Amino acid sequence: MSDVSISLKQWLLSDAPASPRQAFLGNVFRATRTVVKNPSALAGLVIVLLLIVIAIVAPFLDRGISPIAQDLSNRLHVPDAAHWFGTDELGRDIYSRTLYGARVTLTIVALVSVVVAPIGLAVGTMAGYLGGWVDALLMRITDIFLAFPRLVLALAFAAALGPGIENAVIAISLTAWPAYARIARAETVTIARSDFISAVIMQGASTTRILIKHVVPLCLSSVIVRLTLDMAGIILTAAGLGFLGLGAQPPTPEWGAMVSAGREVILDQWWVATIPGIAIFIVSLGFNLLGDGLRDVFDPKSV
Amino acid sequence: MIEVTNLNVIFRNGGSAMHAVRGVSLDVAKGETFGIVGESGSGKSTILRAIAGLVASTSDAMVINGHEAGPKRNRDERRFMQCVFQDPYGSLHPRQTVDATLREPLIIHKIADKDAKIEKALSDVGLSPQHRFRYPHQLSGGQRQRVAIARALILSPPILLLDEPTSALDVSIQAEILNLLARLRKSYSLTSILVSHDLAVVAHLCSRIAVMQFGRLVELINAQDLRTGHVRETYTQELISASKGFTRNKKI
Amino acid sequence: MSDSLLEVQNLNVSFPGRGGITHAVRNASFELGRERLGIVGESGSGKSTMGRALLGLLPQTAIINAQKMNFSGVDLLNCTEAGWQSLRGRRMSMVMQDPKYSLNPVMTVGHQIGETCKLQLGSNAADAKRRSLAMLEAVKIRNPDRVFDLYPHQLSGGMGQRVMIAMMLVAEPDLLIADEPTSALDVTVQNEVLRILDDLVRDRGMGLIFISHNLTVVSSFCDRILVMYGGKIMEECKASELHNAKHPYTRALIAAAPSLDQLRAELATVKRDPEWLK
Repeated sequence: MSDVSISLKQWLLSDAPASPRQAFLGNVFRATRTVVKNPSALAGLVIVLLLIVIAIVAPFLDRGISPIAQDLSNRLHVPDAAHWFGTDELGRDIYSRTLYGARVTLTIVALVSVVVAPIGLAVGTMAGYLGGWVDALLMRITDIFLAFPRLVLALAFAAALGPGIENAVIAISLTAWPAYARIARAETVTIARSDFISAVIMQGASTTRILIKHVVPLCLSSVIVRLTLDMAGIILTAAGLGFLGLGAQPPTPEWGAMVSAGREVILDQWWVATIPGIAIFIVSLGFNLLGDGLRDVFDPKSV
Repeated sequence: MIEVTNLNVIFRNGGSAMHAVRGVSLDVAKGETFGIVGESGSGKSTILRAIAGLVASTSDAMVINGHEAGPKRNRDERRFMQCVFQDPYGSLHPRQTVDATLREPLIIHKIADKDAKIEKALSDVGLSPQHRFRYPHQLSGGQRQRVAIARALILSPPILLLDEPTSALDVSIQAEILNLLARLRKSYSLTSILVSHDLAVVAHLCSRIAVMQFGRLVELINAQDLRTGHVRETYTQELISASKGFTRNKKI
Repeated sequence: MSDSLLEVQNLNVSFPGRGGITHAVRNASFELGRERLGIVGESGSGKSTMGRALLGLLPQTAIINAQKMNFSGVDLLNCTEAGWQSLRGRRMSMVMQDPKYSLNPVMTVGHQIGETCKLQLGSNAADAKRRSLAMLEAVKIRNPDRVFDLYPHQLSGGMGQRVMIAMMLVAEPDLLIADEPTSALDVTVQNEVLRILDDLVRDRGMGLIFISHNLTVVSSFCDRILVMYGGKIMEECKASELHNAKHPYTRALIAAAPSLDQLRAELATVKRDPEWLK
């Protein structure tokens, strides 16, 4: 067994890989090793992975209690063997709601990433690479979006389109992408001047090809790091919207809305607001730690 | 092979304009290695980039391989001319393996038999198959420059532009790369332009040499003149004597 | 050399790293008088590490040991941080390759040189200014009054390096270590800077260690040359005798460089012998 793992390690770290796959896997292995060797990054990774696992297997962990099943006779029950985290004002099991809340949080995180990263990358790399009036136009549009306060825009959106997770995601994404466009643009300006871009231009590559195959992959790392670091903020904004009643709607178990519901009873029934609060805290922290670790991994100097 | 008449390059930056190349004309015969020397800011690299179509320029005529070449070039026009750059660290994509870097031009030009072509290019520049799937950070400076040369030659271009290809390398590595370039120019029957600040390097590889200063072509000389010091302009003389090392002035 | 300024015997510098210990300098011994000593070698030869070791500028992790490392009576091996501070700037100085990174970008040239005067010589403001202007003139800056008030980004490469030299020499040190001081400069400018260094060394009787990868420059500028490879001194010779060098590495380096004097059909490549490092 150990022989196998040693030879696998040698294969991964070989300085003469025999195939593109081996070279790629070797790189992934080195990156993983950097994360794993850094205790706080590892903690972040574990938290984020745990969030994903919990979200997937929530139905198997909920002890048969539905997160939306009300039991008015059992309102605001103290945590005990039947209800590990107690019950809320409608007698719903907080343990089960917190588990399913991971799904909601993960949905928001995934949707925001899927919207924000491509828009930011596309706008930023085009502005940085093409320059001139394209750059000026795209960057002014970016500035306009950057000028909107996130929560206020989200409020306006929710007011106009009605509250709900989708609208919260749209509102958050609308105010989040400009930061990514700026990062991508700054990186692209440097990349565009480098000789390897001149070399592909001389090979006759089209602008689209240069952007997609050569510029975007290099901007991707800083965008991913920024996105991971921003995740905490996004989760908190989503929770804030939920708290204000403009995010996920009842009876969806959303952590922010749960904290909001527990607000009135926070002094007597502390667990109602505290448990989802701790969940928000841990997940935000996890993303922050992971983001810092990823920054070390992607740092070209560490490679 | 390359004929340029009255080439001008002006860089505009906001309100100010920098006249980097002023009215330079040169012609390079088929199979020749033409040298351009000058100090920083002389416009020598800019000439090369203008010919390569990487910077906008104006000229009375720019004829490359029998065709008029404008600043906008299509894929087939690009294929005629490839370039090797100075910085071995900046000239390779940091997240692409050697294989991916060499494959890219073959994909762009839809050339078949990619693996065989890549293997041949690697062996032509003296790299072994074990370098094929390495990333640039796993290669030494000299090896990177070899990869850059392989990338330029994989399309078998008739023209190769060399922008200070050895300035960032140690003397011993420089010798290997210069020998490699001398060998390849024969086997690929290349026409090339070599830009360098190092007179000895230019004199080693080139037959005719243009001396540049402040964007102007000061003098056109041949390698023999450079060695013997039979040059007309004082600037060229200064450059030659400075390149031969420090001379102590005898104080009384 | 009778008035020996610097004496180094069996200097070893190594850096512990992830993959084991890297020996950057091995058993280097040399002496320096009031002369120009050139140290040549390729990248990784340990030449810069040696220069930094002499100034106590290596990172804390570096392991330095030697039988002897004396600078005009001061034992550098057992020098405290306070001891180094009284030596650096005042008695020994360093000029580095790129003035862009060695000058503080938000301070004027005059301010930076003046600051050195105040710090090292205890000058008052007026004296510092007088000395700074005199020093700028000594490095052949045509208009010292104007340059005095400029910021580093307003200087050309050659001017920046002159300012750097002025700053390093204003306290009149006995030893100057110049690490590739002209490598970032154009050849014509390079020779002007060398001339300034040359005059200063002669007029002030300084010792100079000139570290460079360029054999042509070192052999024409220095009195003596040390050739380094893999952290070891391969050969020591008079600069004027370099073309008669005995060591195969030195000979190979000379043969590998293209020359303006003679046509070489093919350049010799350097074959490295592991025996050299034993």
